[in-house]
Amino acid sequence: MAGSIPVHIKRTKQNQIQKRTAKDKKIVPVFLTAIALIFFVLMLLVPLVSVFVKAFEQGVSVYYAAISDPMALKAIKLTLFTMSIVLPINTAFGLIAAWAVAKFKFIGKNLLITIIDLPFAISPVVAGLIFVLLFSTSHGLLAPLLNAWGIKVIFAPPGIILATLFVTLPFVARELIPLMEAQGTAEEEAALTLGASGFKTFWLITLPNVKWALMYGVMLTAARAAGEFGAVSVVSGHIRGLTNTVPLHVEILYNEYKFSAAFAVASLLALIAVINLIIKNIADWKIRQQA
Amino acid sequence: MNLSIKPFKIRQHSVIPGFGITMGLSLLYITLLVLIPVLMVFISSSSIGLTKFWDIASSDRVLASLKVSFGTSFLAAAINAVFGLLLAWVLERYTFPGKRIIDGLIDLPFALPTAVAGISLTTLYAQNGWIGKLFAPLGIRISYTPLGITVALIFISFPFVVRTVQPVLQSIDSEVEEAAACLGATRFQTFRKIIIPELLPSIITGFALAFARALGEYGSVVFISGNMPLKTEITPLLIRTKLEQYDYAGGTAVAVIMLVISFIMLLIINLFQWWASNRHKSS
Repeated sequence: MAGSIPVHIKRTKQNQIQKRTAKDKKIVPVFLTAIALIFFVLMLLVPLVSVFVKAFEQGVSVYYAAISDPMALKAIKLTLFTMSIVLPINTAFGLIAAWAVAKFKFIGKNLLITIIDLPFAISPVVAGLIFVLLFSTSHGLLAPLLNAWGIKVIFAPPGIILATLFVTLPFVARELIPLMEAQGTAEEEAALTLGASGFKTFWLITLPNVKWALMYGVMLTAARAAGEFGAVSVVSGHIRGLTNTVPLHVEILYNEYKFSAAFAVASLLALIAVINLIIKNIADWKIRQQA
Repeated sequence: MNLSIKPFKIRQHSVIPGFGITMGLSLLYITLLVLIPVLMVFISSSSIGLTKFWDIASSDRVLASLKVSFGTSFLAAAINAVFGLLLAWVLERYTFPGKRIIDGLIDLPFALPTAVAGISLTTLYAQNGWIGKLFAPLGIRISYTPLGITVALIFISFPFVVRTVQPVLQSIDSEVEEAAACLGATRFQTFRKIIIPELLPSIITGFALAFARALGEYGSVVFISGNMPLKTEITPLLIRTKLEQYDYAGGTAVAVIMLVISFIMLLIINLFQWWASNRHKSS
């Protein structure tokens, strides 16, 4: 009973605070939420929705004609081909680099992470220019070599693949490193002590632990590889049917004032973005469940 | 005097295998794909010569493009700092219908290809577009002006501040705020004196990330800017133009300026991130 008086005092004080917060709960939060929602709808939601609205503005037949146009199909094919090379390479790099960075302690770790991040910091146009300076058959540093062997890199698919590899390099590694660092090495050490080989440990312990982050990293890489515009535009040369990727095809249609067709092809890329966000949210939810 | 020398080790001993091979492969790939190509830009720019480099760097068109790029990127990052903080606050502290969906859509600008964002925003903010129509009677043109560039940059750099502030906002103890309230602080005082100082490093980090991203952006801006030299021409676009005119020396010189700016931004961001994660450790 001795403690009942202070408890009572505490309660009234709490009630006062609750009353006060309850009072401004009415106006301030509603006001702030309204502003935030207006900004969100105008800046993010409307641009996304308008892509699909504009794509179907002139009917389904125009939409279908735009995406089944031979040039559009060729652009889709080139984009898929680029993705089929970039995704496995950068996924493998992401896993390898994340293992080296997250599972060991060594000097220069932060420097290595910064270098992995470098392609994020560099403007896509500069990324494209980097490869033009190296591989251009007229001005490039490797021009004599390329001309002697008859290899074309710039204004050809290899240049597009190189530029895409460059801009998507960090994604998988950046998703995996923080998670693998947080998970530590205890589980791997246990497996190794019990006699598992290094690869078996990776396959049965590490990989299942990071599978959702890995999946999101791969999805980000895929979305960026499909949608990269600046770097690819510099190295591609815009040769129709040969070096046009899907975003470059969108640009050409738009500049020819074929707006409905441009938005129709763009809606394919927007669809990838939406799928991407859904997977990200599933991944976030799964990672939180594991933790 | 302690003369024992700690044996110099590049890495601490560990039972985990595969350090040599994974580190070796990572370094090889990064060196071939990133380090050597980036170094080559500096090497080929050195053949331009200092006087010519200075002529290019100080030409009206380059200076005007840098002014447009820095001005619009700064404005976009500042607007995102304010609204990013507001959205992070609303998403963390209040409940309202559709909150989870909005939280999930914040990352949209990272996933949506920049060219798609570009044509969508240009159409929306053109004088006959859904949003541009509202501003046209006021005599405000958005597409094809620096204002349009800013709108595109706000879109593409939007998630940074929200995503850097959110986790910090989550981790602030509600007890601290309760204590402030018990001591008689108003909600606004608590916000200004308790929450803002706590969030400041993450807001600045988010601002710097957004600013760096906006400076290099090309895909969305190229559609909405109208690309008028000296007026709405951003620096990445100028590099592209110079390359299309086969002015490789000019393009390289401007690219070197952009690269140096990128490196400085990367350094600043790392310092801020270090500050944000270490500021409580010493006390």
